[in-house]
Amino acid sequence: MSWRMETACFGEWGHDMPIVSRGFHGRARETRHRLPPGQYETTDFPVLSAGPTPRVNPDEWEFTIRTETGTRHSWNWAEFTALPSQTPTVDLHCVTKWSKFDTEWQGVSLDVLLEDVETSADYALVHSYGDYTTNVPLEDLLDGKAWIAYRYDGEELAPEHGGPARLLVPHLYFWKSAKWVQRIQLLDEDERGFWENIGYHDYGDPWREQRYQGD
Amino acid sequence: MTVTPDFLDGNAAAGDLEALFGTDMTVVSGRCRGCGEQMVLAQTHAYLDGPGMVLRCPGCDRVLLRLVRSPTEMWLDAGGLDYLKIPAPA
Amino acid sequence: MARAAVSGRLGDRLRWTTARLTDRRIESDAARTLVFEVPGWPGHLAGQHVDVRLTAEDGYSTQRSYSLASAPDGESVELTVQRVDDGEVSPYLTDELAVDDVVELRGPVGGWFVWRPEQKEPILLVGGGSGLVPLMAMIRMRRAVGSRTPFRLVYVVRSPEYQLFVSDLRGDDPGLDKTYLYTRSTPAEWPRPPGRFTASELSNAGWPPDFEPTCYVCGSTGFVETAAGLLVALGHQPGRIRTERFGSSG
Repeated sequence: MSWRMETACFGEWGHDMPIVSRGFHGRARETRHRLPPGQYETTDFPVLSAGPTPRVNPDEWEFTIRTETGTRHSWNWAEFTALPSQTPTVDLHCVTKWSKFDTEWQGVSLDVLLEDVETSADYALVHSYGDYTTNVPLEDLLDGKAWIAYRYDGEELAPEHGGPARLLVPHLYFWKSAKWVQRIQLLDEDERGFWENIGYHDYGDPWREQRYQGD
Repeated sequence: MTVTPDFLDGNAAAGDLEALFGTDMTVVSGRCRGCGEQMVLAQTHAYLDGPGMVLRCPGCDRVLLRLVRSPTEMWLDAGGLDYLKIPAPA
Repeated sequence: MARAAVSGRLGDRLRWTTARLTDRRIESDAARTLVFEVPGWPGHLAGQHVDVRLTAEDGYSTQRSYSLASAPDGESVELTVQRVDDGEVSPYLTDELAVDDVVELRGPVGGWFVWRPEQKEPILLVGGGSGLVPLMAMIRMRRAVGSRTPFRLVYVVRSPEYQLFVSDLRGDDPGLDKTYLYTRSTPAEWPRPPGRFTASELSNAGWPPDFEPTCYVCGSTGFVETAAGLLVALGHQPGRIRTERFGSSG
């Protein structure tokens, strides 16, 4: 019997130099120029979770943007999926060291969702169904850099990958791309999310290897 | 909204916890600050495949304990627990 | 014996050590028992597990947990590993790792899902698939110390090809009652047709709740949910049911 203690790691924190096991390769990997430092390519789509997987019925689903002054902008599933969508193909970089290339999504750009939202906020705290949160500077959600995605690889987004809909902000480590997204709170001051308030980086740029606070 | 269990028992966190605390933390008892349930950490629901370790209450699913290790530091949040009762070494 | 050995490590930090494969045995089509020599092994309790770490030439490293299958035996440690075909680690351990190869190992760990010979209450072991492994360690420990504590084993397995420890469990263990429940296909002329296990089967094969047995349940998350739920419904105190769920990352 086996269970996963943690996902693949390169090196290991605070331990002695590891011993190489002859003939162990793990999953096939190759280094490409698109691979940020310290990352390995995977062709799987690992499922990482910090809690139970919510199953949100689209009939009950609602997505809300709330500004720093308390103004709410909400969309139900029909309204949301009627918005113009895009089909970005992007690379994903998970802080647990896997990267996955050329993933195909369909979703609504945050530019569309924020178009009629009046705000002077600099930060966003993204809330999920369940208790997950993550913080992102508002400018990183704009200018074609982020989507609320509801289809992956030509199919409905599965609950274990964040369906009905998740944030997709692929230029940052993937924990920022909150699964089961429910609302975005716009804030004048940065407020840390679930992983950020216990050691993970506030910004999380994989190309600068901003994994932990202080990186 | 319904939820799907995809957790392990706190048992599964024994190695990582003992490497850090120097004692078997899975037999340590605690009480959930949210619902008052008492348990040993082996009985918690463990989510171990994410960026850090998350132990949740078997009664109410609230986060009891989180642990993140960077190359230089260990971050521990046990704020979901009223207390942890650890056997004193003989 | 084992307890004294374990407490010998108290205060000493848990560390990775190098374990060398000394033998391997076929347990079923997909499962192998791997025998490692672990210098300085402090002994263990039945039901404990170890963490295994594998590192590739390029530094890539990953870690899994495996239950110990054997009773304490000096510096020899046995793990029984079931191959998950699309897994990353288990196919390496079952098919590639050869005698004299090394892995890193850390343990023993986990003091909750364990059976100690000084426990006097009756014991119910409920295993699904490769969830039999830590329960087998308890049976072997019982045997090793000559315990007369009454044990009952309920082993739920897909089909005979997946059955673990067949010859070992064929032997005569006085006071150990065994019930095998096949869910997909059975041995020839088996009286029970294959199918899901039921509350009444668990009730018949186990102990009455007022005997206050300790119940050890190990298997996949779904199996443990079902079996532990049935035991509670049959009247067993939740506090007397110890569970060990395992995932399928392989």
